[in-house]
Amino acid sequence: MRVTVLLFGRLHDLAGLRELECEVPREAAVSAVWQAVTGRFPAVAPYARSVSAAVNAEFVKMTTAVDEGDEVAFLPPVAGG
Amino acid sequence: MSDRRLAIGPHVLDVGELAALVAGDEPGAHGAVVTFVGTVRNLNQGRRVIRLEYEAYEPLALRAFAIIRDEVAAHWPSARVAFHHRTGPIALGEASVAIAAASPRRADAFAACRYVIERLKQIAPVWKHEYFEDGDVWIEGAVADPSDEKAKEEAFRRSCA
Repeated sequence: MRVTVLLFGRLHDLAGLRELECEVPREAAVSAVWQAVTGRFPAVAPYARSVSAAVNAEFVKMTTAVDEGDEVAFLPPVAGG
Repeated sequence: MSDRRLAIGPHVLDVGELAALVAGDEPGAHGAVVTFVGTVRNLNQGRRVIRLEYEAYEPLALRAFAIIRDEVAAHWPSARVAFHHRTGPIALGEASVAIAAASPRRADAFAACRYVIERLKQIAPVWKHEYFEDGDVWIEGAVADPSDEKAKEEAFRRSCA
């Protein structure tokens, strides 16, 4: 199934794009989407331990399952304020 | 769940507007209004910043803001808060974030205001891109996890210090 991936902050600089489509198996977890992203853009792999995620603009764990058409966002460490 | 007290976007911030939003309808209901304005510094880690841009995942930022508002309500039931974050390019010295907190008592207003900025830095999906004369850097702070109890406790501890 297909999900839309959004990359923020330094992640989109490293990957060279802000948005992409990813093909993942049915009932895949967010972590599988991250694997697909790092497979395509190895430069973002060092963020494995510090990245957090959201699905359809809700914070989720990497173990959360995704659905067809979901918007999966990967967030490097934040720096608002 | 639209709440004018919570916003993120490219507009210039107006802390006076935020103070009015928390004042309430009944004159004098709040004895204290505390405001905080975070502005863009021209020096960071010894380097001179020439320009700066904030990027945000706006729908998730509004979720994070609502989480923070609800946490404030749980800790300080009498306090009301409003806070806006600016995105896009921001000139040195201009405001990137503005917060207003109102409460019948000053201690709760100060604490609630401090809690908002501490928590915002922990979980708001906002990223700061600083440009220097000889390069640029993405500032990276906290791993955003609203369910991290230790981070929440740390924000609360700082607010009441």
